[in-house]
Amino acid sequence: MSDYHRTPLSRRALLKAGAGVSALGVLGAPAIVSRANAQSKFDWKRYAGEKIDVMMVKNPRADLLQQAEKEFFDLTGITVSSEQIPEQQQRQKAMIEFSSGRPTFDVTFLALHVQKRLSYKGKWTEDLRPYINNPEMTSPDFDLADFGAAGMNFATQADGAINTLPQFVDFWMLYYNKDIFQKKGVEYPKSMDEIVTAAAKLNDPANGINGFVSRGLKNANIPVWTSWLLGQGLETIDPKTGKLNTDGAEAIWAAELYRKLNKDYAPPGTIGFNWNECQTSFMQGRAAMWLDGIGFATPLEDPTKSKIVGKVGYGITPPGPKAHHSAIFADGIGIAQASKKKGAAWYYIQWACNKANQLAMLKAGAGSPARMSPFSNPEGTKSAMFPKDYFECMSGSGKIGRPGLPQIIPVTEFRDIFGVALTNTLSGADVASELKKATEAFKPVLEKSEQG
Amino acid sequence: MSDSSAGAALAAKHLPPAAGAGKPYDFSRKYWVFAVPATVIILAVIVFPWVFTVFMSVQDWKIGGGTEFVGLENFRTLAQDQRFRDSLWITLWFTVLAVVAPIVLGTFAALVFHREFPFRGILRTVFVMPMMATPVAVSLVWKMMFHPQLGVLNYLLSLVGIPPSAWVFSPDTVIPTLVMVEVWHWTPLVMLIVLGGLAGLPKEPYESAVIDGANEWHMFRFITLPLLWPYIMIALVIRTIDALKVFDIIFVISEGGPGTASETLNIFLYLQAFQFYKIGYASAVVVIFFFIIVMLSLLLLYVRQKSKWNA
Repeated sequence: MSDYHRTPLSRRALLKAGAGVSALGVLGAPAIVSRANAQSKFDWKRYAGEKIDVMMVKNPRADLLQQAEKEFFDLTGITVSSEQIPEQQQRQKAMIEFSSGRPTFDVTFLALHVQKRLSYKGKWTEDLRPYINNPEMTSPDFDLADFGAAGMNFATQADGAINTLPQFVDFWMLYYNKDIFQKKGVEYPKSMDEIVTAAAKLNDPANGINGFVSRGLKNANIPVWTSWLLGQGLETIDPKTGKLNTDGAEAIWAAELYRKLNKDYAPPGTIGFNWNECQTSFMQGRAAMWLDGIGFATPLEDPTKSKIVGKVGYGITPPGPKAHHSAIFADGIGIAQASKKKGAAWYYIQWACNKANQLAMLKAGAGSPARMSPFSNPEGTKSAMFPKDYFECMSGSGKIGRPGLPQIIPVTEFRDIFGVALTNTLSGADVASELKKATEAFKPVLEKSEQG
Repeated sequence: MSDSSAGAALAAKHLPPAAGAGKPYDFSRKYWVFAVPATVIILAVIVFPWVFTVFMSVQDWKIGGGTEFVGLENFRTLAQDQRFRDSLWITLWFTVLAVVAPIVLGTFAALVFHREFPFRGILRTVFVMPMMATPVAVSLVWKMMFHPQLGVLNYLLSLVGIPPSAWVFSPDTVIPTLVMVEVWHWTPLVMLIVLGGLAGLPKEPYESAVIDGANEWHMFRFITLPLLWPYIMIALVIRTIDALKVFDIIFVISEGGPGTASETLNIFLYLQAFQFYKIGYASAVVVIFFFIIVMLSLLLLYVRQKSKWNA
């Protein structure tokens, strides 16, 4: 934040100002207001008449922003041409267009858990710090400090550059069926080990109920494993040293936990389950617990789709043997370095991530906003759809959030190689040897990505 | 001189020659302009992509990085890549099943629908309907039906006392299950091709066979099947190429999993090109894939030539 905004107001200065205002009287007031406006230097209409292209990922958050685009036009006079593209295709388009050096968009949404390092190394997006620090470019009510640590850590590169502004943070947590827990007299697990004991008690396949469900499909299954590994206080790749923590005792413990829960207490066929199959099982009351992102909660409370409306508990991922963390994922918005309308693009980003739009996201159940103010706003947490523990889970997870995927360039290769290894363990392969094999296979990929 | 040869001489003298008959080809430049559009299109959409793919297959090029000439290194790496070798076998296994089953069932269906029976037209229309469905849409529907806990297929099995199956959610059953979807989708195509063949068969051989005392099976085995063989071969060529290339159904239903149990060459290729962005490596896969398809197509075309009625 700029010095202009940081200048503290002393008690003496305030007293002087008060005395000055009194002395000037009513006649002097208009002059002071005029001077104050001139000092703020920021003008929303500065880029009126420009047109920017925005590439979005298809999701409810993009819907909300598109619906509010007229509001942005009225505020700034900037016309927005936005396009929503399904996640995988959007990532491919970003990769190809940025590599071509001539992207067709000025603003892009990026999945920071996949594209953070890639976008930085490829110089895809502008460092936003000069914009944020410039009072002529940034609205006085922008309030960078309002963005939570989880989102800001994701958006900040190792050298301090902020290449995107975080818009959405997804926390991994434990959904649980309160009804099944109550019938079996089971308490919400207080540790990762207790998840196993709870799953054993809740598991009742004869009546079509399984104790636990989570992703087994390769690639998609990685956050389940990394969630358990965070309980050992480790990320898969050490963010400081770059060391692979993927075949040590802690990684094996996490993979054993993954295997036990998915093999012994999950529905048949979880080896091929992605989030949607897990969601279907849980939503139909056929699984007592489900570990996944909180962003998948909305259909659970929709009576037209769910049989467990009002019975869903939203629990923070329980602590592991050495640490208590929630795996997080985040989306950010950035300005294409090749854009010729960077000013207008920055105005759009400021607006898209402003307090009102972040609050609207929370209210609509479209995901967890990157700003913290919506959680302290009674309007944000007063929801007809979600219970109190949904919001508590979000704000609580935000305080203990750590990246659910390694912050490296070949994230997809990482997910693929270790995803296959984890899947193989569900088919009976030895955990330690599968992880060792995958680590050996991934090492050269990682080394090459850092060299190139 | 016979009458016929005299007539031919007279015709040659007074009638205009048949098109192209006895006239040498005219290669003069004034006609070249007419070949330009076709040549440009062929060069742009067939030759250039192919040459460029071959060029890329000898480069180490990852999108976002530089390119480096590596000669045959990509092919050497592929030969040692266990996952690539597995995907080759999975592709061949899938192709064999996804070709043989629709050919057998489609031929049988054609023989049934060739006969007269009540509501034949309506039933034939219903039978052909899967072919008209969009692969991605039907794949999503099938995927829901395969859900081991909540899918309708396991429910139907339970009604007749059969234990539930894991369908596409088990490495052991994923390929037969995907083949089942492929069979449901493409058997009607085989049926239509064979039905067209049946409609054009001559009646005389059957009349002779009846007089000679042949039964239904003999007539099918020794008359219908040999006469239908050219049509079945057409269906075989189309199905083989389609099955080798299949991507949508597998990608939507199993994404190549569980693990890599249904990772065909096309899925492997997609991962390399559009997930890992290893364009050079993926191009080497394309070159090998192209070679396999060309070899198989040539083999099938050769067999087809052999199976013509007058061969």
